[in-house]
Amino acid sequence: MQGSDIAIRVRGLCTRFGTHSVHEGLDLDVRRGEILGVVGGSGTGKSVLLRTIVGLQRPAEGDISVLGTDLARASEADRQALEQRWGVMFQDGALFSALTVRENVEVPLRAVPGLPASIRRALADLKIAMAGLKPVARGKFPSELSGGMRKRAGLARALALDPEIVFLDEPTAGLDPIGAAEFDTLIRGLSRSLGLTVFLVTHDLDTLHATCDRVAVLAERRVLVTGTMAEMLDVDHPWVRDYFHGPRARAAQADAAAHPKEKT
Amino acid sequence: MAADPSAPRMRLDDDGERVLHLGGRLDLARVAMLQQALAALPAEAPLAVDLADVEAMDTAGAWALACLAARHRAADQSVTWRNIAPGHAALLDTVTQALPQDTEAAPPRTSMTDRLEQIGRAAFAGLTFLLELLTILGLFADRLVQAVRRPRAFRLTSLVHHCHEVGVKAVPIVALMAFLIGVVLAFQGSSQLRQFGAEVFVVDLIAISVLRELGILLTAIIVAGRTASAFTAAIGSMKMREEVDAMRTLGLDPAQVLFVPRILALLLMLPILGLIANVAGLFGGALMSWVELGLSPGIFRTRLVEGISATHVLVGLSKAPVFALIIGVVGCHAGMKVQSNAESLGRMTSAAVVTAIFTVIVANAAFSVFYAQIGV
Repeated sequence: MQGSDIAIRVRGLCTRFGTHSVHEGLDLDVRRGEILGVVGGSGTGKSVLLRTIVGLQRPAEGDISVLGTDLARASEADRQALEQRWGVMFQDGALFSALTVRENVEVPLRAVPGLPASIRRALADLKIAMAGLKPVARGKFPSELSGGMRKRAGLARALALDPEIVFLDEPTAGLDPIGAAEFDTLIRGLSRSLGLTVFLVTHDLDTLHATCDRVAVLAERRVLVTGTMAEMLDVDHPWVRDYFHGPRARAAQADAAAHPKEKT
Repeated sequence: MAADPSAPRMRLDDDGERVLHLGGRLDLARVAMLQQALAALPAEAPLAVDLADVEAMDTAGAWALACLAARHRAADQSVTWRNIAPGHAALLDTVTQALPQDTEAAPPRTSMTDRLEQIGRAAFAGLTFLLELLTILGLFADRLVQAVRRPRAFRLTSLVHHCHEVGVKAVPIVALMAFLIGVVLAFQGSSQLRQFGAEVFVVDLIAISVLRELGILLTAIIVAGRTASAFTAAIGSMKMREEVDAMRTLGLDPAQVLFVPRILALLLMLPILGLIANVAGLFGGALMSWVELGLSPGIFRTRLVEGISATHVLVGLSKAPVFALIIGVVGCHAGMKVQSNAESLGRMTSAAVVTAIFTVIVANAAFSVFYAQIGV
């Protein structure tokens, strides 16, 4: 594996809140173009890891480099350039409540120099459509949308600048099974056609089966194991075994076997 | 941009077949140029687009190409892609599928009838608002009667709690405010009355204005600011978290549980606060008269007792229950109007304060006219 194939490299990461330690010596690699699912029990710091990688949380120790840029040592200008190359979808969309969906998606596009308003609008509408929202949703405010629609709008905003990496925090949490399955298909489709690297934090076994190329399991304050779903089944660790062999896991597995994801 | 080596390049060959050769980077930073150039192409003949020299393409570039294709399709002309990289083809496919079909109509112009409709709607909304306030008032009265008939339904602990919140905790600020009003009246009054040698009438000035109008009005305004907002915030956040709905499903009546203790507490406490304000105002006035005019407290007291009839106090305090009902009803109503987002909670809270203060002042003016007419 060559260095340039790694989109996100985390080495020896320690995150602490006061005396409470969330990560101790955590290592993780995310390859370019793959969809990596991060799973773990509640409180194992999945979202904290995501927030640390995108720079919302300062690590106590350790190195994080994203697309070849070392976050701790990068200059302000480098950091800003890097932030244009990733998009983050927060759990509930985190849309700006005072703006309509279209205006929300236009926010990152306003930073592009020399982009006329008409093209900005058209591109925002395109991203909204690509995220699977109907045209009527464009003029609505976040408070008028359902949870699933807010997530889609959040995804449209995250995709606005054609990022290379997308971070998704629990994309299917709180969605009904049909909406969740649609979202899985959407993520997989977009990741393939746009060549996205996806860092996906989830609890949803169906999502893992349907979308992820690899899975990283967070436990005991580090990444316990990474590998494909098939490899997860052979891991001999109590939590991993319970997670991937539980009754829900079996149902998701059977479902995935019945509808294999298309390979590219 | 002219020096940009990756700027989109295009060349149109038109010998029998129209072939557009595109090159460079078709991305977001350069999409404005690309779109401008592509929009200038007429869509009157079939077009082949050769993408052999394209260095990079993102959704913005693909969007420009998809728009070109859509324009040709609309004119029944075909567009074919040549030498397209597989990744770019997938991207173009995705974008073409997602390309919004509709072109939005311009917002319709507002005509005269629309304006009339707006006025009508605003008037109707105003009437509805008044009706809703009356509904809350009616609910309160009904549940109060119910509570008298069946005392078990009444929430005494809640009432005492709200009396403490609304009344006792407001005493310091109300007393200080009234004291300062008394001081200011004495100070301003004495400097004017001294010109006529009528210093002693400062007592009448202070007493009548404080007892009749200012004491209770300013108390009500302070209570409206403190309490109407607190009612809205408390009921509104319960509404937001579906606690009010939970109450209904548990067989609890929100009007009995939420409205009665709050409005009743105001009804009981506002006259008392008004009385405290009266006393503090007179005290402040007396103190300032003593300092400024040398009017001893004894003289002030004698003048007060002999010159001022108790009617003024009664006129002032008679407004208190009405103000209390206004503040309580407006606060509770705004709380029930809160929707399921934090933004509406903030909006309704400030709306409650503004409405309550405004309505209190209007009611006070109505009282003044009324008492002047009946000659009290």
